[in-house]
Amino acid sequence: MAPLSIDESKLDGFLPGALGRWNGELYAVGLWDAACAIFARKSVLEANGIRIPTLDNPWNQEEFDAALVTLQGSGDFEYALDLGMAWTGEWYPYAFGPFLQSFGGDIINVETNMANDALNGDAGIAFGEFWQSLFARDLVPGTSQDGADRETGFIEGQYALQWNGNWAALPALDAFGDDMLFLPAPDFGTGPKIGAASWQFGISATSEHKDGASAFIEFAIQDKYLSAFSQGIGLIPPTAEASAMTPNYSAGGPLEVFYGLSNEQATLRAVTPAYVVAGKVFEKAMADIANGADVADTLDTAADEIDADIDQNSGYQ
Amino acid sequence: MALPACLLVFTFLILPFFMAFGLSLTNQRLVSPNPTEFVGLDNFKKMLGVSFLIIEPEMDEAGHIKLDNEGNPIYPRVRNFTRNQEDFPQFYKKREWFQLGLQDGKVLVVLSQDVVFLKALANTMLFALVVCPVQAGLALFLALLINQPLRGINIFRTIYFAPVVISMVVVSMLWRFIYDGQNGLLNTLMQMFSFGLFEPIDWLGNTSTALPAIMAMSVWQGVGFHMVIWLSGLQTIPLSHYEVARIEGATRWQTFRYVTWPSLRNTAILVMVIITMQAFTLYPQIQVMTRGGPLDSTQSLVFQAVIRGYEKQDISGGSAISVILFLLVLSISLFQRYLTREKN
Repeated sequence: MAPLSIDESKLDGFLPGALGRWNGELYAVGLWDAACAIFARKSVLEANGIRIPTLDNPWNQEEFDAALVTLQGSGDFEYALDLGMAWTGEWYPYAFGPFLQSFGGDIINVETNMANDALNGDAGIAFGEFWQSLFARDLVPGTSQDGADRETGFIEGQYALQWNGNWAALPALDAFGDDMLFLPAPDFGTGPKIGAASWQFGISATSEHKDGASAFIEFAIQDKYLSAFSQGIGLIPPTAEASAMTPNYSAGGPLEVFYGLSNEQATLRAVTPAYVVAGKVFEKAMADIANGADVADTLDTAADEIDADIDQNSGYQ
Repeated sequence: MALPACLLVFTFLILPFFMAFGLSLTNQRLVSPNPTEFVGLDNFKKMLGVSFLIIEPEMDEAGHIKLDNEGNPIYPRVRNFTRNQEDFPQFYKKREWFQLGLQDGKVLVVLSQDVVFLKALANTMLFALVVCPVQAGLALFLALLINQPLRGINIFRTIYFAPVVISMVVVSMLWRFIYDGQNGLLNTLMQMFSFGLFEPIDWLGNTSTALPAIMAMSVWQGVGFHMVIWLSGLQTIPLSHYEVARIEGATRWQTFRYVTWPSLRNTAILVMVIITMQAFTLYPQIQVMTRGGPLDSTQSLVFQAVIRGYEKQDISGGSAISVILFLLVLSISLFQRYLTREKN
């Protein structure tokens, strides 16, 4: 890919997740961002005496765990929480990687350019044990979850809570209206975190018209177009100005909370070309641990595989 | 005249074939700015290399074996030998494949750097070992059933053959619903016939049932095709042979054993070779139904070749698996050929 030649002043106020930087150069700009939240119903939480977390004061691990056990124990639901195990692929590193980061680990340590000690260090293993316990205690549906249940399970009341993205927010709002809550990610030790960054525009290194392509991207990132994009596809506008112009995300709008989540909690995944393979390896490790594989051994194997790939590619330098 | 055909065969069959051999000896990636390097047999060594470790149960100070709460001996973790241990460089970064109990509570641990590949290899062999005889036998049985001049027999022929014309991907999608762990057709039926005694099983989510479930579906899908081949073989047997058998007073079993079966020799060879080759290329079922899970219980060689070559962008690793698969199928076919050779 080729670096973009875009006036930096045009990028002021962009959500950090919508900018793709590598080695100090800007390579990609997103016309939107996406954010995850815990979908919940106020009436369900209140009936079970569970505190409603806020952006400033999210659940910690004990509270989160206790909430799941309480909801499961209420007997009203098949599962307390739906993590979306049916969505294999990119969803795993995007949605679950931030939990690992909140525990203090990461898929790859960008500074050492290694997965060993980041993924399978003490924080990684603590996360793995917690992750496995969710499945072992039947608090969440496992890897054989039906895709249709993932789409409709929360709205139909099979699941008390659901870990999902803003793209699924409107149907949930239609179903529950004012009862609907979008709760921030729990804080597992080093701050609450959600995945940042979505699909973005970049330019191929072999492009013959790099200037023209840059000019197009620069043109497309005007607030009025960002707002139009958001209205068209429902994702989060990447600037405060564009948000204010978009009914769903403006002050008092039904999805305003997602702009806050994106702004406050969004954490970039390891910014390295090694992510392509690391994401796949992480996905398999999460599935295996959920199915009862030994946590430390599984994370060791995953870390070794990621490191072997980085080595094979001469460190992606 | 034959030039265009030769060109196509060369470009799409012969060239990729030799490229796979060549690439498996390099570190070729799908996309990378770095140049490709020749690495010799490294890819194969990584996949096929195993080492052995014998571990003893932990002892307390008095020399007694420590037991856990359930009375089983406690063993040191394999991880203690394979991670950052200068005393055991030969085990570095290897992982447990399986364990065997030895005498005196000792345990032999087989370690490998690429457990997933070895599991894929074992699963593929097991799949072929079960599917080949079952599918061939069932197909022959069906062929015998429909090789009768009855009214409406074509309806049965059509029904048995129908799954073959449906794409394996579609079949796999449908069977995922049948095998669903909560309200799948299979669980519902079993509960109905057992008057609710049967506990629903998550067929594809259990390590012990996932591969057998896929085997059963694969047999069902392919059986019609081989039935037709058997049927064509059956119809070449002259009726006079059966007449002779009847006059001699042969029972039904004797007729099958001494008239039908010997006449089907060449058909049998064809069916076995085709089924073996098809069984070893187990892929769409895995891709659609389980993606190798749970816990690698349904990994297959072709699935791993695709995962490595494309998803993990490691063309050399994928090529190496293809080469191993080729050599495996070739040697099995040659062995079958040897077993079924003409004996004079």
